[in-house]
Amino acid sequence: MTFRQRHLLGIEPLHPEEIKTVLDLADSYADLNRSATKRSDVLKGLTQINMFFENSTRTQASFEIAGKRLGADVMNMAMQASSIKKGETLIDTALTLNAMHPDLLVVRHPHSGAVNLLAEKVNCAVLNAGDGRHEHPTQALLDALTIRREKGRLHRLTIAICGDIAHSRVARSNLILLGKMENRVRLVGPPTLMPSQIDQFGVEVYDDMEEGLKDADVVMMLRLQRERMDGGFIPSEREYYHRFGLDAAKLAHAKDDAIVMHPGPMNRGVEIDGTIADDINRSVIQEQVEMGVAVRMAAMDLLTRNLRAGAEPESVLV
Amino acid sequence: MTKTFTNARLINPETGSDAIGSVTIDGGVITALNGAEVGEVLDCGGKCLAPGIVDIGVKIGEPGERHKESFRSAGAAAAAGGVTTMVIRPDTTPAVDTPETLEFVIRRAGQTAPVNVHSMAALTKGREGREMVEIGFLLDAGAVAFTDCDHVTANPKVFSRALTYARSLGALVIAHPQEPTLSKGAAVTSGKFASLRGLPAVSPMAERMGLERDLALVEMTGARYHADSLSAATALPVLERAKAAGVDVTAGVNIHHLTLNELDVGDYRTFFKVKPPLRSEDDRMALVEAVATGLIDIISSMHTPQDEESKRLPFEEAASGAVALETLLPAALRLVHAGAIDLPTLWRALSLNPAKRLGLPGGRLAEGAPADLVLFDPDAPFVLDRFALRSKSKNTPFDGARMQGRVIGTWVAGTSVFGGENA
Repeated sequence: MTFRQRHLLGIEPLHPEEIKTVLDLADSYADLNRSATKRSDVLKGLTQINMFFENSTRTQASFEIAGKRLGADVMNMAMQASSIKKGETLIDTALTLNAMHPDLLVVRHPHSGAVNLLAEKVNCAVLNAGDGRHEHPTQALLDALTIRREKGRLHRLTIAICGDIAHSRVARSNLILLGKMENRVRLVGPPTLMPSQIDQFGVEVYDDMEEGLKDADVVMMLRLQRERMDGGFIPSEREYYHRFGLDAAKLAHAKDDAIVMHPGPMNRGVEIDGTIADDINRSVIQEQVEMGVAVRMAAMDLLTRNLRAGAEPESVLV
Repeated sequence: MTKTFTNARLINPETGSDAIGSVTIDGGVITALNGAEVGEVLDCGGKCLAPGIVDIGVKIGEPGERHKESFRSAGAAAAAGGVTTMVIRPDTTPAVDTPETLEFVIRRAGQTAPVNVHSMAALTKGREGREMVEIGFLLDAGAVAFTDCDHVTANPKVFSRALTYARSLGALVIAHPQEPTLSKGAAVTSGKFASLRGLPAVSPMAERMGLERDLALVEMTGARYHADSLSAATALPVLERAKAAGVDVTAGVNIHHLTLNELDVGDYRTFFKVKPPLRSEDDRMALVEAVATGLIDIISSMHTPQDEESKRLPFEEAASGAVALETLLPAALRLVHAGAIDLPTLWRALSLNPAKRLGLPGGRLAEGAPADLVLFDPDAPFVLDRFALRSKSKNTPFDGARMQGRVIGTWVAGTSVFGGENA
């Protein structure tokens, strides 16, 4: 079992063994979360600051609960309302917070690479809670944990990721993670919502749901990021739902025991039919939320172990 | 004062020769090649002596951003980099778009810069693409070309009228071709790297579209046109066709697009953010080839000083541009050391062609030409330290890079402006 990272900035730098380490530990935290006490004190005395430069309810709540269950002192900073409005740069904000000696910084930012930039300037462990269209590593890890618990394994599965791939950091982190764990990854969506040269990432690309879902073990739907659409990617929501929305007819092309996932928040009737989202035999959407807390607990636990071990996290074996 | 440079490896872009010889200068001009040793004798020790570089893409922070670069600091950087003529860009704050601002920059340059300085003027007022500037007055005041730099004159009617008016005065119009609606907001070139990093991207096709439009309007109006900042392989056949058809067009490339590619951005390194964005390695190789064959006429530094604050930001928000006056020569020599081009051919693009296209006297190693010279050791290795640069801004992508080629001395009109005395 190894985990040698100082920060969790993305899935890209992780070794498959490190991914496995996070998931194994998260499994035990999932059990803890279902128990009556739900408490641990591995982060006791440590300070966790959640810095969200972009609106988020679910992810921020998940990180907050994860930190509190582990005994950390958690502070939330709504960055839109604060000093950036006064013209302070990201680096100055980071240095200011760094001077307060936090142990964990959880950061979401609307620009790709902003969390990497911030991590260069602080002494604590930084967790990327989503940066622009780049990565959202804890989402990919919670999806992986959900898949592993449902399917009993995390390799040689056929996984279809469907919808707005281009604007999705969730899709990027997921396709990197699932590829590292040796799964067959398919991307399904209209070509206007596909990143350029995405076929060079070792994935199969489809613009037809029925073909893309054929014999899939996992169907992962993405939110159609309406707030990011500055116009003209798709003709209309109703045509999108008709061609790419997940309904029973399209899902019938996947394997009989295929699970349906969604990172939330859902647009019912846009990318997913409400009855499928609520179908407890197919949909694991609620379990994803549950695993989100467990995975974040595991990630913060591992990062602070490395932090405590000193300046040379590379030398630490968990 | 008469001076003879002896035992020099003369790089002559006009004749294409590269041979040991001597140069005699007097009264600020070259009086003889391989003549008698007269006056003060400077033994060059077999190092390269070439016409000083004529750099047609230099941004100075005057007026508006003197904290980023002044004529004094840029002039010192130019002299140290073997650049004897800076042709400065009008994309200042405010833009150089009236005879009055042009007179200001020419006066400032004359007071503080040790090298020759000529200024371009904006093509449209405020570089906004709506109304043409006073092209006639600006020509009289000394403007050597008209350009809105990285602002594309999006309205074809405005652009074609400006071209028509410029033609009647024989003025050169320079543009950075780009389809602006496609490239709006882009920080990198679309492709695998952009997708992996999740950065807003533009296809190189936007450059070809911009060039095709410009060339159609140039053909229609008969204006003199220079397509600068070309970066995409896909644009080159378009350029080739126009040249073959006899359109009055030349083309330029920036040094960074000849020496770096998109992957150099790596982990969101903003010093590698330039405009147009760095392209693929295939594009880079095609551009080098185009310089070697002469399809691309001019290499410039596109020297764009940016302070630390403009660069220490998330990649999308960070300012574009890189300083290059001092690194232009060693960076360009990378092409020579890689075997892609010989020195006289390289100097065609660095000095002869830009001087010819802008109607400037320098750029030649010939009797009667100005004694603007650079003496350099093409092989001397060094590791670049950005804080040792003379520019006020230190935003070079070559920080820590291993380079070869050092300037030993630079002379402008026969006067030493850098090193030289111990040569």
